Amino acid sequence: MQSFGQKALNRRTVGIVGGLLAFSTLFGAHSAYAADRIQIQFWNAMSGKLGETVQHLADEFNQSQSRYTVKPVFKGTYKQTMLSTIAAFRAHNPPDIVQIFDVGTATMMSAKGAYIPVYELMKKEQIPFSTRQFIPAAASYYSNTRGHLVSLPFNSSTPVIFYNKALFAKAGVQPPKTWAEMGAVGQKLRATGAACGFTTGWPAWVQLEQFSLWNGLHYATHDNGYKAIKGVKLLINEKPYVEHLARLGAWSKSGVFEYGGPENKSRPLFVSGHCAMYMGSSASYAAIKGGAQFPFGIAPMPYDARLSGAPQNTVVGGASLWVMKGLPASHYAGIAAFLKFMMSGKAQAYWASHTGYVPVTLAGFEQLKREGFYQKQPGAMVAIDELSNKPPRAWTMGIRLGYMPQLRQIERNEMEAVFAGHKSAQAALDDAARQGDKLLAQFAASVGQ
Amino acid sequence: MRSNDSSPFPQRWLPYLLLAPQLVITLVFFVWPTYDALSGAFYQSSPFGLGTHFAGLANFTALFTDPNYLHAFGVTALYAVATTLASMGLGLLLAVLTEGLLRGHTLFRTLFIWPYAVAPAIAGALWMFMFAPQVGPGTRLLIALGIHWNYTLHGHQAMLLVIALTAWQQIAYNFLFFTAGLQGIPASLLEAAALDGSGPIRRFWDVTFPLLAPTTFFLLVMNTLYVFFDTFGVIQIVTQGGPANATTTLVYKLYEDGFQNLNLGSAAAQSIILMTLVGLLTVFQFRYLDRKVHYQ
Repeated sequence: MQSFGQKALNRRTVGIVGGLLAFSTLFGAHSAYAADRIQIQFWNAMSGKLGETVQHLADEFNQSQSRYTVKPVFKGTYKQTMLSTIAAFRAHNPPDIVQIFDVGTATMMSAKGAYIPVYELMKKEQIPFSTRQFIPAAASYYSNTRGHLVSLPFNSSTPVIFYNKALFAKAGVQPPKTWAEMGAVGQKLRATGAACGFTTGWPAWVQLEQFSLWNGLHYATHDNGYKAIKGVKLLINEKPYVEHLARLGAWSKSGVFEYGGPENKSRPLFVSGHCAMYMGSSASYAAIKGGAQFPFGIAPMPYDARLSGAPQNTVVGGASLWVMKGLPASHYAGIAAFLKFMMSGKAQAYWASHTGYVPVTLAGFEQLKREGFYQKQPGAMVAIDELSNKPPRAWTMGIRLGYMPQLRQIERNEMEAVFAGHKSAQAALDDAARQGDKLLAQFAASVGQ
Repeated sequence: MRSNDSSPFPQRWLPYLLLAPQLVITLVFFVWPTYDALSGAFYQSSPFGLGTHFAGLANFTALFTDPNYLHAFGVTALYAVATTLASMGLGLLLAVLTEGLLRGHTLFRTLFIWPYAVAPAIAGALWMFMFAPQVGPGTRLLIALGIHWNYTLHGHQAMLLVIALTAWQQIAYNFLFFTAGLQGIPASLLEAAALDGSGPIRRFWDVTFPLLAPTTFFLLVMNTLYVFFDTFGVIQIVTQGGPANATTTLVYKLYEDGFQNLNLGSAAAQSIILMTLVGLLTVFQFRYLDRKVHYQ
């Protein structure tokens, strides 16, 4: 009995000691490995295939030099990534590089003391760097009032129309160029057997924000919040927006338009062949290609022909890379080197051709052209054409407002009330503007303005 | 424990020493964060905490002048009442029917308890796919029945979907407790009632139901608390509070303002309001319903 116990004890001890030994060698090796390479944490929100593509780029960078190791860390959704970053910053342990979504830009920019502007970092590390190396509509979204890039544009997309070629051929129609044509095309499609003309993803982003920029309208005062934080007011309850939303509401009744939920929840309506068109992010290409059992094409967003400035330009949605403050001084040269690599034609071409996002640097775009990518996928040009349709005006550089996720939520709720026929477009947009203005005043107060 | 006993411990400090670990845990993980939240409600700060300034009651006044917040009160009340009634009523019905079976108790019990084992997030995803506009199998059935089903557009449909889904999960929980309660009822009472010539329905209302009162009361409190605090996951997955705020409950709004919109001052104020509200509800339930409960 006792001998059995002892034997068991011995065996267990051996197991524990062995485990500890294994552990210590592992850690010893780990620390030795870390000693000759500086670890750079890159927090991001890229899941699945996107995450693999990010990892591939990081591996490529890590193999290209021997001083730094960039470690991509998946932190969940965009929201979760931003929250984790804030928590880490408050605990004085921030990541090196972090991917922040487009609507978090104003919040980040106003958090002076949390980040190091990318243009300053590049200057300090003596890396040639200019805003002009980027596609204008991608650069304008992330640059300060003097035109310097505060964060590095990364995964960028813009809204386009995906259309079902089979249903279009049956109706004998072409993708609508203007919103007026949209009504006629939608009705023809419905008359020839399509259940619904079009649906939209990301209602506030596509039907208000990008609608505003693409038609050359003003979204908010002070150039959509670019010029100031204090006293900014929304202009989304002006006539062109009200008419547009009223039109969507009427089409929601007649079936030309069918609403299918926020974000990309309405995509299945298109992929299942129920709706003939889907307005959504150009980055949905891979998901639609994977699901659609019919030939589909990509066309530019319709514009309002009655507006003199239309079509103007769209801007990017997606995210950019921010460099955090308060890191060990030895890290910054490595971060700068990695960002430089991410801008290169090679990295951008790899990224764009593997994900459906647009290349954000001109070098990346040229590289893809040389590789014949756009002959193979002419649809991929549509997003770039929209982004570079005209040089951005002061009020079509982007939309830079505080509490923007909340603002979109308010807009989405008001739009849904119109689609369901509970509210008039004017009342809905008036309410959205009023609630939004209150938020913007709160934001100005919270950043001490 | 008899209180008139002299202390069983030789040293006076020993009980405190033994209590210390639990007290420390409570202080660090409960009291401190609560205090933090309470104080946060009176400040406004930027998300990164770089510019915090005292705001007095501004966070509270902003909430009570916000029509969306007041709307969330109504949504929460409707959601809580409908879910509690539906899940408790059906839970009790299933428990009574299962109890009355001659065989197959275990099989039915297992089947009825099953939904509770499904994580709310998974259940939410399941129902979302089942009733997705145009493509879900449940949707096709409804459309075939002539119902214009699109819960992303019609607020009352979204509310109905969320209530049905939450009730479906809670039925299992209620079923479990009612089953236990039913087994605690002495058979002699029911036999006596039967000998006096009362039928099964009469027996249920005059004997079984009053004796189940403690269980019913406990479940009423638990279901209300559940809807108030634990349902944000379901809403996040299925409706995201939409359409047009139709399913934005108090706890979901708190999540949105705090974790999505990074408006921490407002979120702290909302958690205080929610805490107070649930406290009052529980007090009310104990004061007014407790009198009607006969504990054996």
